[in-house]
Amino acid sequence: MKTPAREFKERAAEITRDLRHRKLINTALRNYEGVRDRTRSAYRDWPAARRAAADAKREALGGLDRCLEELTRRLEGRGTKVHWAGNGRQACDLVLQIVKDKAARSIIKSKSMTSEEIHLNEALARAGFEVIESDLGEFIVQLRHEPPYHIVFPAMHLTRGEISDLFARELGSAPTRNPEDLTMAARRALREKYLTADVGLTGANFAIAETGMVSITENEGNARLTGALPKTMITLLGIEKVLWRLEDLALFLPMLATMGTGQPLTSYNTLYGGPRQPGESDGPAEFHVILLDNGRTRILADPEQRDALQCIRCGACLNVCPIYRNVGGHTYGTTYSGPIGSVITPHFRGLQDWKHLSYASSLCGACTEVCPVMIDLHHHLLQNRRNAARGKPSKLERLAFKLFAAIINRPWLYQLAKRMGRTGQRFHPLIKGGRLDPARAWTRTRELPPIARESFKEYWRRRERRGR
Amino acid sequence: MKITLFIPCFVDLMFPQVGIAMVKILERLGHGVECPEEAACCGQPAFNSGYWDEAREVAVHTLERLRHAEVVVIASGSCGAMMRVFFPELFRGTPQEAAAKELAGKCYEFSDFLARKLGITDLGARFPARVTYHDGCHGLRELKIHDQPRVLLRHVRGLELVEMSDKVCCGFGGTFAAKFPLISTAMAEVKCAQAEETGADYIVSSDSSCLMQIQGLIDKRGGKLKTIHLAEVLAAS
Repeated sequence: MKTPAREFKERAAEITRDLRHRKLINTALRNYEGVRDRTRSAYRDWPAARRAAADAKREALGGLDRCLEELTRRLEGRGTKVHWAGNGRQACDLVLQIVKDKAARSIIKSKSMTSEEIHLNEALARAGFEVIESDLGEFIVQLRHEPPYHIVFPAMHLTRGEISDLFARELGSAPTRNPEDLTMAARRALREKYLTADVGLTGANFAIAETGMVSITENEGNARLTGALPKTMITLLGIEKVLWRLEDLALFLPMLATMGTGQPLTSYNTLYGGPRQPGESDGPAEFHVILLDNGRTRILADPEQRDALQCIRCGACLNVCPIYRNVGGHTYGTTYSGPIGSVITPHFRGLQDWKHLSYASSLCGACTEVCPVMIDLHHHLLQNRRNAARGKPSKLERLAFKLFAAIINRPWLYQLAKRMGRTGQRFHPLIKGGRLDPARAWTRTRELPPIARESFKEYWRRRERRGR
Repeated sequence: MKITLFIPCFVDLMFPQVGIAMVKILERLGHGVECPEEAACCGQPAFNSGYWDEAREVAVHTLERLRHAEVVVIASGSCGAMMRVFFPELFRGTPQEAAAKELAGKCYEFSDFLARKLGITDLGARFPARVTYHDGCHGLRELKIHDQPRVLLRHVRGLELVEMSDKVCCGFGGTFAAKFPLISTAMAEVKCAQAEETGADYIVSSDSSCLMQIQGLIDKRGGKLKTIHLAEVLAAS
């Protein structure tokens, strides 16, 4: 079987050649950047907002056990059933148990990356349940049988024409390039499903401990329908989503919108406090909240990288990442792509299998600069590399660095190497870019400057001699 | 001021003219310059690859040679970031911890040294061309160098400075360029396209490594753009 690293390289090799993909993604993300910057400029003090957000997250994570207990107590106080899942399998089993208890056949879902992380759709489908994604982007990629391309924009890699063809094929709708008509085609297909679904399944953006509430942000109203129409509602969320105070949302909701899509505020922000209470006119009869660990406590226990749990999944780091912009979301082979994915995936799925993502970075730091909750993303990539090399060093690489140290630390040897290099490079044109070329990784696509006839140090020695 | 100039290995080997231009500028300003033979590399390749023990073998050598300097000027933003930001981390918990911190405090990238430490804006240079400035990511984000090179460039006679639409990485990234050559090259293509959009004759940068990446691509595929280091522009008359 191919390793994840091999697959990553192969997919990257293919997609970096795809200029149509590059143009599509760069155009989309440049537009995003423009809108984001305009919205962000409305903040009087953005750096202060970032610090406040990071502090609020740190406060919740610092006492995560108490924070989750408080959330649970409050949720249960209004009749919500709270479940704890140590890993993805347990979470899937919990969902399966609930849908079986309800004798459900059809399940409608709103957007949830956490459900992608635990492969919930596959688990439900295997058990014979129909699962429908109701977020437009997710609906599109579900029809294509592929995972979301991006944390926030699942179908951003597709053009209107491609979506129109897909809908014509799968839904029998008339071909159109008009986004509104495309949305209407999806809506017609989805409305049916809301009405027949027995269970609604959602993710969550935040949870509030002091009031016992789950906060869901969306633009299409589909999450509201998912929560309101079926009799049973299940919300799946990672344990890091919890915040202490309701007022924290005054900071986080606009921040998530600004960095996620460039909106001042997302269209629909809903707080769920429990199942339908006596005298209430709507809401589910039963409300289940599943709190998922699945490796998060491992990150919590890592003093260097705990801040990775501050992530609010806004996708801003993906959007600015020059690697992401060139290889796209599917190349990673992970649920969470881009810089945050490269940081947290090794914690979830094993460092040695996923270390290549930490190496697949120029460490440019654009991600860290943009992150609204101040996660030290690119330095974590550096730490992952250190941990990976410590755990399972490459003998060849280590030898190369030892050899380099031995040469560069001895001026006479360095001088000798320079001379040999100058002689050697005369024959370089004969093998340049070919299999025998030791610099092939560079010279296949780029030219390499020659070793200078007189290096700086040689110049300096000559100058010193002349001076004396 | 007695300035210790640190010339990184790849500048020494492939871009000696950059170091020579720096010496010329610093001496013209009336400073004494020394350039210790044995301080040859900051150890960044091994460090960035995760091999911190091997990085320390190189870095400790350089640290020992530079620790008594009055001030160290570094001919690369990337190596500057290594010594200013990452040396204290690399040497944490070792006998060199204090020395690494002390050295970090007196290290300056070249343009930062001129504009911020010395407060110089006009070096009397003349370079009649349209240029765009490429921010090396280490200089920009680890050392927060943004205005310094631009101030210096704006005072060059005949030079017109135009900005690119974005501050995107050139795709070099040290060993990344060899480990993921196709991604690295795609990034360079995006960078070159942005530079070409400005109609500039030259891409100027404070990092020869970025320029090696950009020029490497231009030479392979052809194009009118040329690359030149900031120090060479500032030394021109």
